[in-house]
Amino acid sequence: MPTKQALTGAEAIAYAMKQINPDVVAAYPITPQTPVVEYFAKYVADGVVDTEMIPVESEHSAMSACVGAAAAGARAFTATAAVGLALMHEIVYIAASLRLPIVMAVANRALSGPINIHCDHSDAMAERDSGWIQLWAENVQEAYDFTVMAYRIGEHPDVRLPVMINFDGFIISHGVEVLETLDDDVVKNFVGKPIKMYSLLDTDHPVTYGPLDLYDYYFEHKRQQIEAMKHVPRVFKQVAEEFAKISGRKYDLVEEYMTDDAEYIMIALGSTAGTIKHTIKELRAEGKKVGLVKPWVFRPFPKFELQRILNGRKGVIVLDRSASFGAEAPLYEAVKSALYEVAVRPQLGSYVYGLGGRDITPAHIRQAFEDAFKGYLIADEERYLGLRE
Amino acid sequence: MPELKGWKELPIGGIIVEPGNAKQYKTGTWRVLRPVYQPENCIHCMQCWLYCPDQAIVVEIVDGKPKMKGYNYYYCKGCGLCANVCPRSIDPKTKQPAPEEKRAIIMRPETDFAEE
Ligand code: SF4
Ligand code: SF4
Repeated sequence: MPTKQALTGAEAIAYAMKQINPDVVAAYPITPQTPVVEYFAKYVADGVVDTEMIPVESEHSAMSACVGAAAAGARAFTATAAVGLALMHEIVYIAASLRLPIVMAVANRALSGPINIHCDHSDAMAERDSGWIQLWAENVQEAYDFTVMAYRIGEHPDVRLPVMINFDGFIISHGVEVLETLDDDVVKNFVGKPIKMYSLLDTDHPVTYGPLDLYDYYFEHKRQQIEAMKHVPRVFKQVAEEFAKISGRKYDLVEEYMTDDAEYIMIALGSTAGTIKHTIKELRAEGKKVGLVKPWVFRPFPKFELQRILNGRKGVIVLDRSASFGAEAPLYEAVKSALYEVAVRPQLGSYVYGLGGRDITPAHIRQAFEDAFKGYLIADEERYLGLRE
Repeated sequence: MPELKGWKELPIGGIIVEPGNAKQYKTGTWRVLRPVYQPENCIHCMQCWLYCPDQAIVVEIVDGKPKMKGYNYYYCKGCGLCANVCPRSIDPKTKQPAPEEKRAIIMRPETDFAEE
């Protein structure tokens, strides 16, 4: 029987990991991720799980330990944020390149400088081309659900890629919400035993990981990674369908909210989608035809879904919680590029908001929608919500 | 140059699934000098075999004793160490470099063998 619990996002992820009982967790504390591994360390100390917990001296080592564990055939998990993720950067690429299905929760936080510990998506965006699958949670429930689903997606023989679960720092990591958790044995059956490939501990079939790969083969191995990403949408949908059977919650590459007859659609990642839904309800009550598209999966980018949904709409507003200095904001850039080929291109507007944890309110969202209603969206103009001029 | 595999045929992640296959890797391709063996001058002291960093000296055991048999150019880098340690490279009387026809190993530019 699913149980209702009031948990923070950090606790919910730790709870899911307890149910999964991974072989290895290696982590280093960093705000706002720390409570994830704190809660998990308690499960280890209490003997609730038999996970090997490795407290390392830096995130670079945390990801290195996960790479070693995953190469050995173990289920490995870590969690991080911001500069911690940046410090891992080198090994983040290696994890994906060696095709190791590690799971990592990222409590999204601003990257320095000046130092800021609050919610911002620049940490994850800096890793968007690293070859990791990126899932984005809107709330505690989704953070929990994605954690349960992650190994099934990453370990699939057609995929073999690491999975990053993004959950907004403090907003989700520290905010308490009611969520529905599944029973331990339901989760255990769902995740099953790890699907091992090329395990270092399989001494009957010795393998070498990470040899030198020069111009003769490196390109071919990158092409394999490109191919693996192409399999993710199919595998994600398959796992989501099975997950729906045990939970009643149905996920897809993107969530559509009131889009059926919507003339104006907003797109955003993470917790802000909740605020947008609230504002959409208000605007709908005023007779405005507005909707939301929230990518649950950002890598691989759900291009075809967006083309299908956004073709022929009057206006599309993209909200980014990170900037790309000297270029368009990352989500906007991807959406704009996806819409190049649609039959009837909507008007497009780019809005950057919430950097370093700056509040985003229904009034800000309404302001962006108002621009769209007036036909005042300019594809090449980046605007800012909640910024003092 | 061996036939290189396409991306669909390779194990993923650059993982090497066949142990010990470095043996198949031809490492002597960048040699610029080639040691040439002159067996008539060899005393089979095995100094060349002992010093060669690439196990490129071919040895055969005859009557329980090792015999220098020449080179495995598949691995030889042309470093010249064997020619340097070979006692027959020095004239025992004058302690000067021995004339080429007296040596057991001489170093030749690889370009002399371009047709091979
Ligand atoms: S070092 Fe010179 S003499 Fe001794 S075995 Fe080698 S080639 Fe022959
Ligand atoms: S030249 Fe160098 S590599 Fe070649 S056989 Fe002599 S010692 Fe070995």
